[in-house]
Amino acid sequence: MRTGIFMAALMAAMLLAPAVDAASDPGSAKLLKSTADHSQFKALQQEFNSGPEVTKACLSCHTEASKQLHKTEHWKWEYRNAQGQLLGKKTLINNFCTTPVTNEAACNICHIGYGWKDDSFDFTSEVNVDCLVCHDSTGNYRKPAGLAGNVVTKEMEFPPGSGNIIKPINLKKIAQAVGKTSRDNCGACHFYGGGGDGVKHGDMDSSLASPDKALDVHMDALGNDFACSTCHMTQGHQVPGSRYAPTAQDKGEAHLRGKAYKTNPTTCQACHGQAPHKKIAKLNDHTDKVACQTCHIPKFARGGIATKMSWDWSTAGKMGPDGKPLTIKDAKGHPIYTAIKGDFVLGENVVPEYLWFNGTVTYTLRSDKIDKGKEPVRINHFEGSAGDGKSLIWPVKIMRGKQAFDSVNKTLIVAHLAGNDDTAYWTNFNWEKAAAVGMAAVGEPFSGKVDFVKTESTWPITHMVAPAKDALRCHDCHASGGRLEKVRGVYIPGRASDHAGWLDTTGWAIAALTLLGVLGHGLARVLASRRNK
Amino acid sequence: MARIYIFKRFERFWHWSQAALIMFMLATGFEIHGSYALLGWQKAADLHTTAAWTLIGLWLFAIFWHFTTGEWRQYIPTGKNILAVMNYYSVGIFTGAPHPFRVTQLSKHNPLQRLAYLLVKLFINPLIWASGLAYLYYNELAATKWAASAGLSLGSIALVHTAAAFMMLAFLIGHLYLSTTGHTPLAHIKAMITGWEDVESDAAAVTK
Repeated sequence: MRTGIFMAALMAAMLLAPAVDAASDPGSAKLLKSTADHSQFKALQQEFNSGPEVTKACLSCHTEASKQLHKTEHWKWEYRNAQGQLLGKKTLINNFCTTPVTNEAACNICHIGYGWKDDSFDFTSEVNVDCLVCHDSTGNYRKPAGLAGNVVTKEMEFPPGSGNIIKPINLKKIAQAVGKTSRDNCGACHFYGGGGDGVKHGDMDSSLASPDKALDVHMDALGNDFACSTCHMTQGHQVPGSRYAPTAQDKGEAHLRGKAYKTNPTTCQACHGQAPHKKIAKLNDHTDKVACQTCHIPKFARGGIATKMSWDWSTAGKMGPDGKPLTIKDAKGHPIYTAIKGDFVLGENVVPEYLWFNGTVTYTLRSDKIDKGKEPVRINHFEGSAGDGKSLIWPVKIMRGKQAFDSVNKTLIVAHLAGNDDTAYWTNFNWEKAAAVGMAAVGEPFSGKVDFVKTESTWPITHMVAPAKDALRCHDCHASGGRLEKVRGVYIPGRASDHAGWLDTTGWAIAALTLLGVLGHGLARVLASRRNK
Repeated sequence: MARIYIFKRFERFWHWSQAALIMFMLATGFEIHGSYALLGWQKAADLHTTAAWTLIGLWLFAIFWHFTTGEWRQYIPTGKNILAVMNYYSVGIFTGAPHPFRVTQLSKHNPLQRLAYLLVKLFINPLIWASGLAYLYYNELAATKWAASAGLSLGSIALVHTAAAFMMLAFLIGHLYLSTTGHTPLAHIKAMITGWEDVESDAAAVTK
């Protein structure tokens, strides 16, 4: 009985304790970081039947948002570089899925808008801006492929007659829970570039949604937990750190609050400054030649998701024994051949290639003449050299491929790939038809002749920064046949190809002759002393 | 035979610690150069640098010692008897002829030694010292306009440093061997350890 009373008192004390604490310490109450609870806004307390309806509600308070977004590459898919080349998804051809043009309904689910299905898309429409794809915090927002970036609010069968049912999403709930952008928001497109998880970049895939420290020290979900925007510090929706305008070398100081900086805030130096190595100061001597990423990202595709290292479109179109499009998978179940795309080589834990990079990237554009005699054609290439004073040694992923080109006009081909029509390659496996439609759509001439050419594209490696203990060691580069063996124009102690051959030969020869000489002299002394005895 | 005290305590300490440091730096230096892998590049580079600073410190003391004691005069080259000494090492040493040079406290090196050590002190050492410091502080150097206009590259600095290392290696081999050419193979080495050298009695006028 006494025990019972004691227990009851103890339990009462335990129940009361937190209440007492909270009353005496108002600071312990959960502090919301935002001053707005979007679920309380009248504009969002309604059923939404489409994406643009939500955007209209957003704009009723955030009046300038769409105007800001209209100025971004995320919206325009266009960018003019310093050399005057017109870049951006709208115009470029890569050596993955090549181009979204004529495949908009499928590809443009990664446009931050609603309804870009063809040329007629209205880029001046404010309600066509998709706020939710970047600001959803529920994880339930979906833009299904084939619907040109539109969302589904009523259950539908798609494609029609396929039996594939797309479940609707609840826009009201999603709109009421909007927040700051997270890795999931950016990752919804950027993890899946090139048509699948990890395909394109090698240093960005869905493993970065919730990475551990070994995969990325900054995004470590249980540690620093950076969002993308922690480095890509966005103002007025203008996201800095585009690879179309890369900063190869940042000689600026670490950014302090209150100072106005014109330099890129996404660089390592923007936080770490110019002399980040405290324990081994000699490492700071490397920063005039070597990008931080070179040592601190020892390998890419480290999160268990493979990236595509090569893609051969020329072998596409094979049918299996059953007469259906052929698919071949590797031991892990990843496709390494599909009839619609050809052969792939996948890579995990890939050692980057290294090159001098000064921040200038030059592209092979749709209209540029290419020369099959000079394979591989460089879809883009990083410029730079040891001596230009602007370059650092950077790690890159080089994507190697073989893709369609017009063998008469000598240009890369825009092919109509996706669609339920007679000309789409993925439906009919006919390159000539697909190319005729694609080239007509972009207004480029097409001779009717399709051939394949080897191509290369270069991608900077800058995410998946490993913990210091996993960074490269001295001997990884200070050796013959090391990581930087192919990087010329810099003397790397320990690399035999930098040696003056004559000096080593002469030096060792003199040492050996001296040794032989003294040994001979010594032997003669021994013999002479025996004879003298 | 008599004994004279020829190598003073500091001199012996300086000689042997310099010997150890030089051999260690040759070993680590050629590993950094990429001639072989022994300690691992990072360790070799770390220790090579530490040893370099130690040796520089030692040199500073040694230079001070040489000038305050007047011992620097031991390295003034002389042509006197040089042919006789050369003749001894190429002929006399095999026939059992006496060494033409008599060691005294005021003149402890024969003319060939004087020349060889002077070469080490005035040419090889400064070359290693200067090129090594330039190697170590290449970043700071490269940042100066002077270095840029002189076209001074890390490669050329390394070239000089390596060349000097080969000279030191050749010297070391010769020096090690010649240390065995006393009246017994270990006589010179013993003298360098104890400070006392055995000399012919008639020459042992100055003993301690």
